[in-house]
Amino acid sequence: MPKKYHVAVKTAPPRFPAIGKYTTVEFKEDCAGSCRACVKKKCVYGVFKETHEYALRRIDPEYLYICQSCFRCVQECTKGIFSRVINPAYKNLGTAYWRRDILHRLWYQAHYGKIPVSGAGYRGPFTGKGFDAMWTDMSEIVRPTRDGIHGREYINTSIELSRRLPFLTFAPDGGPDCRVPAILEISIPVLLQWPEHLVKTESALLCAAGAAARLGTLMLLDPEDVTEALLPYAGSIVCRIKGDAFQESAPLMEKIPMVEVADGPDRTHILAQLKKVRPNLPVAAGLPLTPDAPEQAVALTEAGVDAIHFYATQDGHEKNTPSPRFLKDSIRSVHLELVARGLRQRVNLLFSGGIAMAEHMAKAIICGADGVVADTVLPVALECRLCFRCREGLSCPVALDRPVNRQWGRQRIVNLLGAWHNQLIEVMGAMGIREARRLRGEIGRSMQFEDLEQEIFAPIFGGKKAVESA
Amino acid sequence: MKIQESPKAALPQTAETPSRFRNPIGKYVLVRNARCVGCGLCATLCPYGVHPRYDVYSRALKPKSHRCIGFACRQNDFYCIDRCPEKALTLRQNPILETLGDFRWPAEMLIGHWEMAETGRLPVVDLETDLGCSGGGFDKIRFRHPDPDQYLDVPDEAVDTGIDLNKRGDGRPKKRLSLPCYGGGMSFGSTALSVMVGRARAARRLNTLTCTGEGGYPPELMPYADHVITQIATGLFGVREETILLAPVVEFKYAQGAKPGLGGHLLGDKVTPEVAAMRETVPGNALFSPFPFHSVYSVEDHKKHVDWVKEINPDVLVSVKVSTPTDVDMVAVGSYYAGAHIIHLDGSYGGTGAAPDIAKKNIAMPIEYAIPKVHRFMIEEGVRDEICLIASGGIRNAMDVAKAIALGADGVVIGTAELVALECVRCGNCESGRGCARGIATTDTELGCMISTQWAEQRLVNMYAAWRKTWCALLRQYGLRSLNELTGRTDLLVHLDYLEPSERATYRPAPEEAIIL
Repeated sequence: MPKKYHVAVKTAPPRFPAIGKYTTVEFKEDCAGSCRACVKKKCVYGVFKETHEYALRRIDPEYLYICQSCFRCVQECTKGIFSRVINPAYKNLGTAYWRRDILHRLWYQAHYGKIPVSGAGYRGPFTGKGFDAMWTDMSEIVRPTRDGIHGREYINTSIELSRRLPFLTFAPDGGPDCRVPAILEISIPVLLQWPEHLVKTESALLCAAGAAARLGTLMLLDPEDVTEALLPYAGSIVCRIKGDAFQESAPLMEKIPMVEVADGPDRTHILAQLKKVRPNLPVAAGLPLTPDAPEQAVALTEAGVDAIHFYATQDGHEKNTPSPRFLKDSIRSVHLELVARGLRQRVNLLFSGGIAMAEHMAKAIICGADGVVADTVLPVALECRLCFRCREGLSCPVALDRPVNRQWGRQRIVNLLGAWHNQLIEVMGAMGIREARRLRGEIGRSMQFEDLEQEIFAPIFGGKKAVESA
Repeated sequence: MKIQESPKAALPQTAETPSRFRNPIGKYVLVRNARCVGCGLCATLCPYGVHPRYDVYSRALKPKSHRCIGFACRQNDFYCIDRCPEKALTLRQNPILETLGDFRWPAEMLIGHWEMAETGRLPVVDLETDLGCSGGGFDKIRFRHPDPDQYLDVPDEAVDTGIDLNKRGDGRPKKRLSLPCYGGGMSFGSTALSVMVGRARAARRLNTLTCTGEGGYPPELMPYADHVITQIATGLFGVREETILLAPVVEFKYAQGAKPGLGGHLLGDKVTPEVAAMRETVPGNALFSPFPFHSVYSVEDHKKHVDWVKEINPDVLVSVKVSTPTDVDMVAVGSYYAGAHIIHLDGSYGGTGAAPDIAKKNIAMPIEYAIPKVHRFMIEEGVRDEICLIASGGIRNAMDVAKAIALGADGVVIGTAELVALECVRCGNCESGRGCARGIATTDTELGCMISTQWAEQRLVNMYAAWRKTWCALLRQYGLRSLNELTGRTDLLVHLDYLEPSERATYRPAPEEAIIL
């Protein structure tokens, strides 16, 4: 049996009590005092034991991370002294895009490395903006290509980052007449990069780079961030170079598997230089995701880059435009333009910014990306609350501005992406697709909200009058 | 128009069935402070029983706040807040509502169903029980304003809410249910035995069905066998020849809407020795029902399955439960040609005992799209009249049932709403550890005793009795005598997004609560 790709997850508890959703309120003046039927003793989840321990340690008792909201304490107290409110700290958590429930789920995955599983059906809105306006398809009965849960170990999530020849050519003697480039492959369709807008320390980068190595993927780093301590991970590092600075990093350039050239007027010159210095080194071009991304992608592909990395905003939108589109639409337009020009097979597309959940990874690939780059989720895996105090030069409430235990931090990131990997397999298994590479641009394996409305509701209800939020 | 109707349908008997908990959750909170002198005036005034009082006990008792109709009571001369001579009462909206419910089942919908299950009538408290806050699907679909001239003045007893399950005319029994709903599959292992038996007892009283789920056929269900569907799913847990022989309907579960393409999964914690014995497995080991049926890769393979069951039991009807992929219409027609009597579509927002969140949200289409898609395609194929089309997955209340039928279904399967009637709060923690802390979806020996079968039975009868009132009122408005006449009547529906703003304003707006997930 060939060796299967496997992410070894291991529980990595948070260092700080995570912000819980609920706060139980007790009106103690009405408490019977020595009630034998006290609901605190009966709590199925032992919440009150935990809060007692928090009190002993003089930690704010509102962190009821383990409360599962069963309401039994509220409903069974003999004096009815319990009520509940939503933790004000929870209400203030996250942003409009990086919602509090997303952060909670990311923390859970980083803690346990497990897929979030729950009962009682879906709880959210019918549809939403961006990726929330699409559903993935599944194959029901009559597709012999699928093996369900028993075949999941055969689902391949690896992608290539190196260029591919459109076809082979042969000499008159039958021998190959072309140079086949070396293949650079990563095991999961996610690369890592530390977000620019959050606190960055060497130890945090070490955690992420260690995780990239463990996961069989790559991490993007600026040359100035590649310190002596990070050199052991050079084989998992993609160096982002600007200008001719790479000439100064020659030793590093020898070790890394790929390089990314930043956007700028001298990019063509740098690409040419790189071809001379390291002709076999896969080269990516990094540039902001803007409305002219399709044209840029065509130009860069024709210039011979192996991969193009588009940087979207942190909430997954285009940059430098008054009416930015979301990743879903931008990815589609870039992918389809390359398909129309017959160039799609020659280049790999990566997108970063706004990749917040495992489903975003799957949906970005369905829209036409080869892979995504995880950024903000890395500090979140290390307990970041996205409070943005670090931007103001204030201390970090979860001490990310201080050294982080490397093993712990690496494991948290490995856990998170291990859970994402499993979720990707779940979705691909349901679709009956065994290769992440086959999922690329497979829009037919998804259902778009607007398409369903048009196909099914329009014949019933007529033309749509209200503009949907999606 | 007043029409004399006969014969009258036998309606199930409702009975007051209070909450199991000391402090039921209601929309309002009524507080009695220390100034109360126990005069008992409030108890004599309130027709809703908010102020309990016993002849032999003179002190004032804690108000039953969940029965209070709230500030709407101000217009009444029995408004206790104003009438209390000591001004000792305070009324306010229950702040706990913020912590209850979600976009699909908001707090008021939960509380409304608890009230229906307790009383057997529609809520008297001003609760939005028909619409959630999901912002789409059923929550944006409304019934068109009725023409007053169409109103049919008949009593509830004269309205037919039944459905036929066998329309094929193949010589098998013409099974007719008195309700357009039956209970969804919940296995022995996923729910407490008392819940299973309570559901079966309720199904018998309501002349409908419930389903074993894929976990075997506990002997406690035998007395109700005529109302219990045997489910055959991919793990074949608990499937035996005798359980197929017992069943009026056998359901092949190809997929589940909440986790299409992933199969079933019972976590090890819930595999107690009893559950393991029923499923012939090992206690404590997680159990998978792998997706798909590995013996089915074509309609012909599927037909072999159907024929196999029909051969074992010559009186059984066959239901095929599938989820809702893009080609759900083709799948449904394939099942028809394989010989199924019932096509059961399970939409993506349906309930589950445990499913990956990514699957619940993202895989397959919501049932609101699947019903008309399949209904239309089967009409085009000329087979619609020979199949019973059942929908499930995100059908939460009586109006959702009616909307699903108007979109093209013959009937629906209800799962979550039945559990809500048993006081589920949708905390979503059904799957792990000891299971449901409220004693519903658990196999824990202690928690599983929190519910009695009689209590569960009556709560379900009550809820369906209340739902029936909604359907009867709706049908009367459109001059219809039977729910069968509503099937496919999309002309009676409007969707808020498809209306001009002026017309949209005449319908109830989609609720927009600030739900915090």
